[in-house]
Amino acid sequence: MRAFPEYFTFWHIAGHYALRITAYIVLAFLILPILVIVPLSFNAEPFFTFTPGMLALDPEAYSLRWYNEIITDQKWTLAIWNSFVIGVAAAILATVLGTVAAVGLASPWMPFKRLITALLLSPMIVPLIIIAAGMFFFYTTFGLVGTYAGLIIAHAALGVPFVIITVTATLAGFDRTLFSAGLSLGASPVKVFWDVVIPLIRPGVISGGLFAFVTSFDEVVLVLFLAGPEQRTIPRQMFSGLREQINPTILAVATLLVILSIALLVTLEILRRRTERLRGSR
Amino acid sequence: MVKAHQHRLPPEDARNAAREVRARRLRAFLFVAPLLAFITFAFVAPIASMLFRSAYNPTVADLVPDSLQALADWDGEARPSDAALTQFAIDLKRLANDRTSGQLAEEVNRFLPGTSSVVKSTARQLRRVEDTTLADTGATLLLEANAAWSEPGIWRALRKAGQTYTSSYYLTALDLEQTRDGSIQQRDTKIYLQLYSKTLWMALIITLLTLILGYPLAFHMAHSSTSHANFLMVFVLLPFWTSLLVRTTSWIALLQTNGVVNSTLMALGLTGDPLEMLYTQFSTIIAMTHILLPFMVLPLYSVMRGIDPSYMRAAMSMGSRPIPAFLRIYLPMSLPGLSAGALLVFIISVGYYITPALVGGTDGQMISNIIAFHMQQSNNWELAAALGSLLLFLIVALYWLYDKFIGAGNIKLG
Repeated sequence: MRAFPEYFTFWHIAGHYALRITAYIVLAFLILPILVIVPLSFNAEPFFTFTPGMLALDPEAYSLRWYNEIITDQKWTLAIWNSFVIGVAAAILATVLGTVAAVGLASPWMPFKRLITALLLSPMIVPLIIIAAGMFFFYTTFGLVGTYAGLIIAHAALGVPFVIITVTATLAGFDRTLFSAGLSLGASPVKVFWDVVIPLIRPGVISGGLFAFVTSFDEVVLVLFLAGPEQRTIPRQMFSGLREQINPTILAVATLLVILSIALLVTLEILRRRTERLRGSR
Repeated sequence: MVKAHQHRLPPEDARNAAREVRARRLRAFLFVAPLLAFITFAFVAPIASMLFRSAYNPTVADLVPDSLQALADWDGEARPSDAALTQFAIDLKRLANDRTSGQLAEEVNRFLPGTSSVVKSTARQLRRVEDTTLADTGATLLLEANAAWSEPGIWRALRKAGQTYTSSYYLTALDLEQTRDGSIQQRDTKIYLQLYSKTLWMALIITLLTLILGYPLAFHMAHSSTSHANFLMVFVLLPFWTSLLVRTTSWIALLQTNGVVNSTLMALGLTGDPLEMLYTQFSTIIAMTHILLPFMVLPLYSVMRGIDPSYMRAAMSMGSRPIPAFLRIYLPMSLPGLSAGALLVFIISVGYYITPALVGGTDGQMISNIIAFHMQQSNNWELAAALGSLLLFLIVALYWLYDKFIGAGNIKLG
């Protein structure tokens, strides 16, 4: 029992616990729907629901058949391959262009800074359905619809704002005189960028790249409009699975994705601590 | 700074200084240029092309330019001249042989529903007629093929469809129509305005729900020790980082007829028959509330963390009751986080597509879903573009408010 100030009445204390209980109920609302799919994915029956056997903890009612389905069904293996290929390519494109641009934007000499920043961040604000419609009209003229190149370009554009935001945040703690020092010692701007700036802002660059990768990896609206059958990604495959024939393979995939996001969360936390340490040590 | 000192510098130095400033500005710009070019191609140009398409449709003007020329000085009242009819018969035969008469039929049909079959059947009948016969008796043949061609209505529809630049898709998107004398009036059935207001209404409910749920959670986290708050933060960030499709899948598993929620309710004896919760507006709202809740909690938490708890303690030690103290001291101080979270959730939910498409059924559909419908099923791209442009203007206006009152720089990640 914690100590409350003397002026607290019974109602103060009741309110305190009511608030605490509400907070935990909300946390349960946030996390339980995600956790409930994990046991369901081991269902031995082709249902989206707990069978009586599962509730009785009968080992017979559980199986790995839906996980087996993922690795044997060619549609899912292709989707997994596509998701990684498109995600990695889009993340690299967004990270390279975005990091270089963020360094330019951080310069006090940058002309039209507000306007250009707003323009570069705008893919984050515009609803995906509008982006998808626009890209569909425009990319058709260049023959980019139904190609890997089209999807990579589209997803890279979505990832750019995240790279700009994370790298800009890291650059806020960056001492700009280091750049001038490098130049005055005779290095070219490119060499200074590569040998001085990049090592110092690396955590920001990596987390920006991760954000860009996740953005592409999760994205489904643009894939719905721009991808052909050859470029179906994991979320696209889940989308049609949920629309056409619901089966627990989707739950198995979802469970794997939850594990992936836990890994990602841990990685980002490590990166964040490293940035703080780098800042603190200076 | 540089300018203020310029007049004191010798001209040579001033020129050098100006050159140096230009060089630095150019160097900074060159870093940004590749990305700027990329975004312009990959993102800005597509959006611009959509805005353009919402008011531009050259299909009919390209298909039957001569007929439209012949109709140009028709008064729109009686039947057009025989010359115009003949010209159209000649054009229609050409389209029938090019297999493009269906396109014309579809375009004209948008302005006068029911005319698609008239155009198609006439095109079929004119396909085999000799060019010379058509040039002599085209008007008669056209009228024989279908009596509808003697009505001025179909010709007005054709002329309207032939306008390359048109506001008609915007009018449709706003449930307006142009009468024959050129004035604009409301349509009898309000499809799209109703959909826009339903979308805004649902977004508002979702925003309020995330606020009601998110505020106590953020408050509790902000007033816990740092290590405890970081531990609780994992439960907010894990859903935030989990794929949207995964979270929508969970809600399908939870809410379906024999899903987890119904089984639990029935096992507890709270309901005899399973409730129909999935594929309704209810399921859309609850799933979207769950998905967007982290967007409310994160900005609220970061603002609340910065509020000094001694203000509340001071008020209460001096005899204020908790609720007035909260309303007059804490709530105003948390307002920046509250408004940032609320606008963010509202803006995101107005443009939402995937969750309503998967769990919304018919009454949970939002404006994005009808845009997708016109893109994929009805193939009315121009109307989809007009609806999308209106949605874009709405979002930009909301975002402008957000930037003006809160500052876009406050967006935080993770």
